[in-house]
Amino acid sequence: MSKLRPIARVSLRWSWFVLLVLLVFGYLVAGLSGNRDSKFASLADATANDSPAADSDPTSVVNPIEESLRPSVQGVNLERQNRLASLGLDHSEPADWLTICRRLSLALVGNGLSLEEIRALEQIEESKRERMHLENLLKDQRFHHYWAERWSRFLVGTDGGQFVVYRRRRFRIWLAEVFASDQRYDRMVRELLTAEGLWTDKPQVNFLTATFDSNDGKADPIRLAARTSRVFLGLRIDCLQCHNDFLGNVNLGEESDLREGMQQDFHQLAAFFTSAKTNGLQGVRDGEVEYFYKYLNDDKQTDVQAGVPYSPELLPEKGKPRARLAAWVTHPENIQAARAAVSHVWALMFGRSMGEAVDNLPLDEPCHPMLDALARDFIEHEFNLRRLIRVIAASEAFRADSRADFEISPEHEQNFAVFPLVRLRPEQVAGAIIQAARIKTTDRESSLFLQLQTMAGTNDFVTQYGDIGEDEFNSDSITITQRLLMMNGKLLRELVESNPLLNASAHVRMFAKDSEQIVDLLYLSTLNRYPTPAEKKHFVSRIDCSDNPEKAVEDLVWVLLNSSELAWNH
Amino acid sequence: MSVKQPLEFTPLCDPRVHLSRRTLLGAGGGGLMMSAIARRLALANELGHTDSARPRSVIMLWLQGGPSQLETFDPHPGGIHGGDVSAINTSVKGLQISDLLPQTAEQMHLASLIRSVTSKEGDHERAVYTVKTGYRPDPTLKHPSVGAVLCHADQGGADIPRHISIVPNGFPARGGYLGAQYDAFKIYDPAQPVPDIRRSVSEPRFEQRVADLYDVVESEFQRGRLRKLEATRTLHRTVTDGALRMMSSQQLGAFDVSSEPEEVLEAFGDSAFGRGALAASRLIEVGARCVEVSLGGWDSHITNHSLQSSACEKLDPALSALLKRLSERELLDSTLVVCGGEFGRTPTINPAEGRDHWPHGFSVLLAGCGIRKAGLYGETAGDPSLDPEKPLADVANPVTVGDLHATILTALGVDYEEELETPIGRPMKRSEGKPIAAVLDS
Repeated sequence: MSKLRPIARVSLRWSWFVLLVLLVFGYLVAGLSGNRDSKFASLADATANDSPAADSDPTSVVNPIEESLRPSVQGVNLERQNRLASLGLDHSEPADWLTICRRLSLALVGNGLSLEEIRALEQIEESKRERMHLENLLKDQRFHHYWAERWSRFLVGTDGGQFVVYRRRRFRIWLAEVFASDQRYDRMVRELLTAEGLWTDKPQVNFLTATFDSNDGKADPIRLAARTSRVFLGLRIDCLQCHNDFLGNVNLGEESDLREGMQQDFHQLAAFFTSAKTNGLQGVRDGEVEYFYKYLNDDKQTDVQAGVPYSPELLPEKGKPRARLAAWVTHPENIQAARAAVSHVWALMFGRSMGEAVDNLPLDEPCHPMLDALARDFIEHEFNLRRLIRVIAASEAFRADSRADFEISPEHEQNFAVFPLVRLRPEQVAGAIIQAARIKTTDRESSLFLQLQTMAGTNDFVTQYGDIGEDEFNSDSITITQRLLMMNGKLLRELVESNPLLNASAHVRMFAKDSEQIVDLLYLSTLNRYPTPAEKKHFVSRIDCSDNPEKAVEDLVWVLLNSSELAWNH
Repeated sequence: MSVKQPLEFTPLCDPRVHLSRRTLLGAGGGGLMMSAIARRLALANELGHTDSARPRSVIMLWLQGGPSQLETFDPHPGGIHGGDVSAINTSVKGLQISDLLPQTAEQMHLASLIRSVTSKEGDHERAVYTVKTGYRPDPTLKHPSVGAVLCHADQGGADIPRHISIVPNGFPARGGYLGAQYDAFKIYDPAQPVPDIRRSVSEPRFEQRVADLYDVVESEFQRGRLRKLEATRTLHRTVTDGALRMMSSQQLGAFDVSSEPEEVLEAFGDSAFGRGALAASRLIEVGARCVEVSLGGWDSHITNHSLQSSACEKLDPALSALLKRLSERELLDSTLVVCGGEFGRTPTINPAEGRDHWPHGFSVLLAGCGIRKAGLYGETAGDPSLDPEKPLADVANPVTVGDLHATILTALGVDYEEELETPIGRPMKRSEGKPIAAVLDS
């Protein structure tokens, strides 16, 4: 008995060790199976009718377009129809549900659908899939974080300087909480403009601290005026910083009586921010407006009083300076400010602005009727961002096909007669190819292993691909660097190769019943569509005729990941 | 299935150099073959010079972090602000520079020194933007860097990218409103292969992949979509062809400095920056128009002398060897060398024995391409008043960053006043400064 005791002790220790190893392994590969019961085999075997159940109860889905949205959607559609009719432009038919769901995913979480998501949606009635997908995405924390990143670029830019990584992160997390809690837009704007306290305690203060580097550790009224004007008012008045408008580019004043922009317009707006005082221990605190500026051609400085560039009647007479400005910006009658908000949400949904630029909606030019209709609806429904997203997503403009049976011209795209082709941003491309190479949805609930690979892969890829920074909605052509990275880069190589632990190519090949299903599944997971008969025939032949089907599958994944279809929203 | 090719050609798709897919993919054996370019380089080596009719190029030695003018090109030894540096004579009579740059001192007869550059930006990122583009940051517009402007002004073709950044830091040169196609192509230490240039599968397999991409997937994507989708929007095939051409180009050899004699490599210094400067001189010979080579380590808020000395140890051999090589190969007439950073450093030495950011009078060296030889322009005071209200009071003949750009563009033969059109139709001069006549050969 005494001899057995040490053996039992050793056995017990080894058992614990083996158990620990199994637990660690299980944790690392948890991203493969997620928190759901579905199996790869079932994903591969699944058809539209017999695949595993969606994570949401399909019976809970309501009508394709919520009744309360219908008048708003019809209003926007009517404006589009009238405009197209006046221009004599034909329009395309609605796109298929998978294409629209891909657009929704790209807009709200920054990458395409996973095969898992597609299979789950295929379980419900086709007419309800878009709505179901949108509702799932709005609840998804990937949406909250992705929009927080996009909005933080818009609100504070991408400059480094003293606005270091940690501050930016704090600011982004605060924005993610705003989106997660479905906070009203006007409240978010008020919190940003009136932020007080330490940046660690009140992350929204970083809207101000982002400008500290250019003003000796204090809020920079010049940069904040320019930022406020562009972001919250949709007006580019930066040139008024140095001189009056003499080119007719900036018109301000009363809506019914516009005049050329003056230097005073810019600096009176800037003056509001001089009330944001910096106290070392307390952070940003409200104080008095103190702003002296020497206008061009003046001999001496002027004591500049705070003022707004148009509709001064909406500015409260009393209150703290920044609170007055916030009240004016979010005033229900300040339709221009609502248009600016809608313009940005529209651009995030489509990947391009409705007009020439997302932050340039001149007062003296007619507002796009769809934008105006959406802005009035946005105000009427209490600045509800999610509602605005739902209305845009249900509009004919968003749901239109990018293909048509007539010849499509740039004019059709400009007027949203068809869905415009828009190149994805670098992080969207990175997200799209990482997601495309996975069966499951890559999200923050995935395993640490998968998250680390996703983060590192994305960051390195985006750096190499070329982060386009704050310039959110340009659509430059692709570069040689980008094509080399896509054809020969490390991330692509790792995602394409047959990795049974992580990659879709290996999973699909292992569990698909035949080559036809392999091609179907790879098209779905990469391009979020089924192959055409010609494509299917071609690639099935490639696999069946190959001496090495594993390599043939890798080649197909490479081709799909290198396609312009993957890198463009369509 | 095949796609009818559009008739339009872009700068990236020059019909004169357009080759068949098989030719494009025929990279095999490139390293062993003596290409036309390699022969040209070899012949030039024998002759000691190259074609004098070649278009003008610029090599930008970018000193990231803010080099101290007092420890490099504008020493004021002995005074309270002088620090531990000494001044030494140069090959130009009456001109002294820091004793940390002894080899460069011997080549100063080839260059002009501007000691009075001023800027309004004291933050790294904003200042880098300003000096690289000639404009202060503007949230509504991204300006192009010098290299992008130069490549845009002259659309000559080459298999390799014509705008290149070697050892790029966080702020590589960008195409700005001219478009991402003018962004610098980034490579790292030339001791390493060019990134992502080698295919990871066999040639036949790679060729098959590209064929399936073009003939099956791309053609399907174009069906029923925007008119002239490839030519007017995606440029996917055009740019892919450019990348394939580069992968198989003999010009890639210009990136590889290992073929240079040992004494040449030693002359440039055993550092990524030194090898980068050598690669830059090779690249401009095969058609690159702007090569930026970056050297960090200048941001000396603490122990200024030690950090500046360390950075100068890399700068000195590379800069002097580059000037010497370009001169010997008769390339200096068609190559502009620019050496400088985003700002200088404070005359005052802080309690941590460091110097802080100082945009009110710093130095930039220019050489070649019609820049006056043995030139000197501007001056900073040895005993500055440092009045914060009058930051330029201590600078004689101050030069703005815009003036510096106008000078650079003029030297490169580009009309600095010509207005380009931004994507929203806003006219924008290439530079808002004025050329410094004193540093340009009349």
